[in-house]
Amino acid sequence: MPKILDQPRYVCALGAMQTVQGIYRGVPILHAGPGCASKLAGGIAGSNGDSGYISPQIYPCSNVSEKEIVFGGDDRLKETIENALKVVDGDIFVVLSGCTTEIVGDDIAKVSSYFSNGNKPVIYVETAGFKGNNLQGHEWVINAIIEQYLAKKPIMEREKGLVNIWGPVPSYDPFWVGNIRELEALIRELGLIPNTIFGEYRGIENIDKIPQAEFNLLVSPWLGLSNVKLLEEKFGTPYLHYPTLPIGAYETSRFLRSIGEYAGVDSAKIDEIIGRHEREYYYHIERTSDVFLENRTMSRRFSTVTNAADALAISKFLVNDFGLVPGKQYITDSTPEEYREEVASYFKEFKYGIEAEVAFSTDGFEIHEEIRNTDYFGAPLIIGSIFEKKLAEELNGNFLAVSVPIKERLILSSSYLGYHGGLKLLEDIYTYVLKQFN
Amino acid sequence: MTVNFKSNEADTRENRLGSITGYYGTLRDLGKQSGCGGLQDKDRCYSQASLCNAACALSQLSFITDAAIVHHSPAGCAVTAMTVSNSKDQLAGKLKLDNSRSGYVSTDMNESDTVFGATDNLRDVIRETYNRYRPSAIFIGASCVSGVIGEDLESIAVEMKEELNIPIAPVHCEGFKTKIWASGFDAAFHAILTNIVKPPEKKSNIVNVINFFGSARKEITEIFKELGVEPLFLISNTSIEQLSKLSESVATVSTCGTLGTYLGNGLWDQYKVPYVKSLQPHGIAGFESWLRGLGKAINREAEVESYLEREKAKYLPKIQEIKEKLKGLRAVVGMGPGFNFNTTRALQELGIEIVYSAAWHFDKQYDDGQAPDAFKYLVDNSPNDYKLSVSDLQNHEILNILNEVKPDIFFSRHTGSTVWAMKLGIPALCVFDEYAIFGYRGLLNFAYSIYDVVTNRSYTENLSKRVKLPYTDWWFKQNNNHFLSKGENEDA
Repeated sequence: MPKILDQPRYVCALGAMQTVQGIYRGVPILHAGPGCASKLAGGIAGSNGDSGYISPQIYPCSNVSEKEIVFGGDDRLKETIENALKVVDGDIFVVLSGCTTEIVGDDIAKVSSYFSNGNKPVIYVETAGFKGNNLQGHEWVINAIIEQYLAKKPIMEREKGLVNIWGPVPSYDPFWVGNIRELEALIRELGLIPNTIFGEYRGIENIDKIPQAEFNLLVSPWLGLSNVKLLEEKFGTPYLHYPTLPIGAYETSRFLRSIGEYAGVDSAKIDEIIGRHEREYYYHIERTSDVFLENRTMSRRFSTVTNAADALAISKFLVNDFGLVPGKQYITDSTPEEYREEVASYFKEFKYGIEAEVAFSTDGFEIHEEIRNTDYFGAPLIIGSIFEKKLAEELNGNFLAVSVPIKERLILSSSYLGYHGGLKLLEDIYTYVLKQFN
Repeated sequence: MTVNFKSNEADTRENRLGSITGYYGTLRDLGKQSGCGGLQDKDRCYSQASLCNAACALSQLSFITDAAIVHHSPAGCAVTAMTVSNSKDQLAGKLKLDNSRSGYVSTDMNESDTVFGATDNLRDVIRETYNRYRPSAIFIGASCVSGVIGEDLESIAVEMKEELNIPIAPVHCEGFKTKIWASGFDAAFHAILTNIVKPPEKKSNIVNVINFFGSARKEITEIFKELGVEPLFLISNTSIEQLSKLSESVATVSTCGTLGTYLGNGLWDQYKVPYVKSLQPHGIAGFESWLRGLGKAINREAEVESYLEREKAKYLPKIQEIKEKLKGLRAVVGMGPGFNFNTTRALQELGIEIVYSAAWHFDKQYDDGQAPDAFKYLVDNSPNDYKLSVSDLQNHEILNILNEVKPDIFFSRHTGSTVWAMKLGIPALCVFDEYAIFGYRGLLNFAYSIYDVVTNRSYTENLSKRVKLPYTDWWFKQNNNHFLSKGENEDA
């Protein structure tokens, strides 16, 4: 099979510009072509909007032309950074390179270093599109913040109960704001103090607090491991890796218990929190069960076609909470080889010894062919991106888009995480189910 | 004149037409400078991210219902596949067209490809794309990377065309080649003109309508019926078969001069399909000029006049009524030149004063060697010689302008450019749809939209009170042309 990207569900490393924008008052400075910013944002953020305090049109950018390709673009980058610092009111500036400037050998490290002693931090990350995807770019940006900014600051005392939360990727996770807020809320309920750097009004101040945390909490199957390991190395902060984004009662209760025990929270307190939430959660499940159960069109078996984080979170919920049976789960985020075995193993830990087969593939066309040729013994539920819409229709199945490209739905602050998030996911799945004849 | 059928690619607008992205002055000064040939482009020593030609070229082509795009690029460039993924389905779905033979794939170039080249993989991907989608044609999209490392797309196209026996056309839309993203339209149309369009076998009664998404399909079809012709809306929702017969059409019209110049003039140069040179159909003068131009080209002038009389009687009194309520409004327009000049004329028809205008580039001439009609019309007829700047979507310059002139309303058209005026407390209206001001009816709707936006300012007011702009005070104290290089004739 040739190297073919059909139905792309991620973008290139420069897509990490959205990680920088996700930091309130963080400003990416692009040393790249004129169209990179708006195209990448349009594809990832798409119909969910890509504006905010700044937007891709505000990103200072050298808009590389033939001149810089022939004569080199270091001078052009230097004047772009110099003037960006005068024009744009930001707290941290992150220089990101694109394909052309790296091929012609521009030295963004050197040019960025001219500004290292100014009033505002200026750091750099090499994010040429051919070097990796936006998930890797996201990790590189956070590592650059740790190495080029935090590691150079004076050491501060630890703050009791402070926990850095890592996992959801700005914009690439359409629910990123809601997801991060829900994780914060859960941590807060345990009596801990959450520290996150993405979303509204959490900017440089929260970045500055990162080394003071008692531990780093990574809620993601693989993405972000290099960041928490680097934080351990630089600041001696231990990390807790919880691979599954918690959706619904079963996983959220497990999540609270795991984090609570790790942090030494009194077990009676954990029981109280879990008990209160589950009571409310099952009130809703109880009163809606007729709709869930007495139904001609809802599926019993499902496949996800999405990134590792969503595939794992959603399948855990549908199996352990809602009693569905998993078909094959297709992971499309180009998970690095070194993590694949471990990620696949998480899909073998469902209740009753239920296991799901996992395929890592970035070829949407092939995935669709395989799903078409799979017997789900009834109409399948397909959860993925907008690319799966026509496939689900063709199979007379049910469908929900949860990951990029998502389209045809608007997500503001909602989240599928936590107890309320599980109910929200059921609302959305059944909104599709109820559109069909019942 | 400048459409070169023998060349592999369309030259960029900068080289072909002398188009520019940097200018600071007034409407009539720009007219004067364009006329005497002294117009020079100016660079910026600071810029913010703009747009690229590849997005224009390849998104246009991806809306063809039975063509595939093979983007010879790293994964990020192929993000256009995500952007168009459901738009093309939604659009085709409305007309119940089957677009299952369209596809958009990328060769996913990696680091070793940039060192060793990736033409073997490109060949394989073209074959695989053909096997997957059985398209009627394949467009090979160039990228910055394929351009910089010198991949020979031409030879591969020739080779694969022989092997697969369908048109295979390279689209030269390397992003670094031009600051004018509209050059991407020309690149796409060049590929169509030189690889898809065939010489005419007979004459049809079809009028080519160069537009984006055909939202006025119903209205135009009805009007054209009275003139005894049928519209073919280009190029979204067309098939390769339909495109191959563009040379048989009786005339070509366009809803955007910027978009239409290459294809319209190319079809005239090569196949003598008359390209209607007129104002675009925005507002009163535009609609009349557009339809009369078409009437003349197809000998249906009497029918056009009788249609216009009828419509005028229906709508002009209503337009007059709302015009009274818009008196005294001052506006700033920030759009690409085609829509800018046509929208500006429509605003002036409503009695609104233009106090500043920003065009995302400027074509002093189109491919027939003539200045754009919509621009000439403003130079001759605008009641005032308003200030005008040309910038490639430089948001900081626009905000500087808005902060300086404080208009009652800002008119935008590009994604992401509307809210910034509102953050300054200035109501804004995004004229997103190309037919939003179409004819008398469109002008009436547009007038009411303006009235609504300036009447209920709650969204603008609520937002502006609670947000801070991302620009420094220093920047707002500078002139908006601060970063523009000073040319020889610069007096500012």
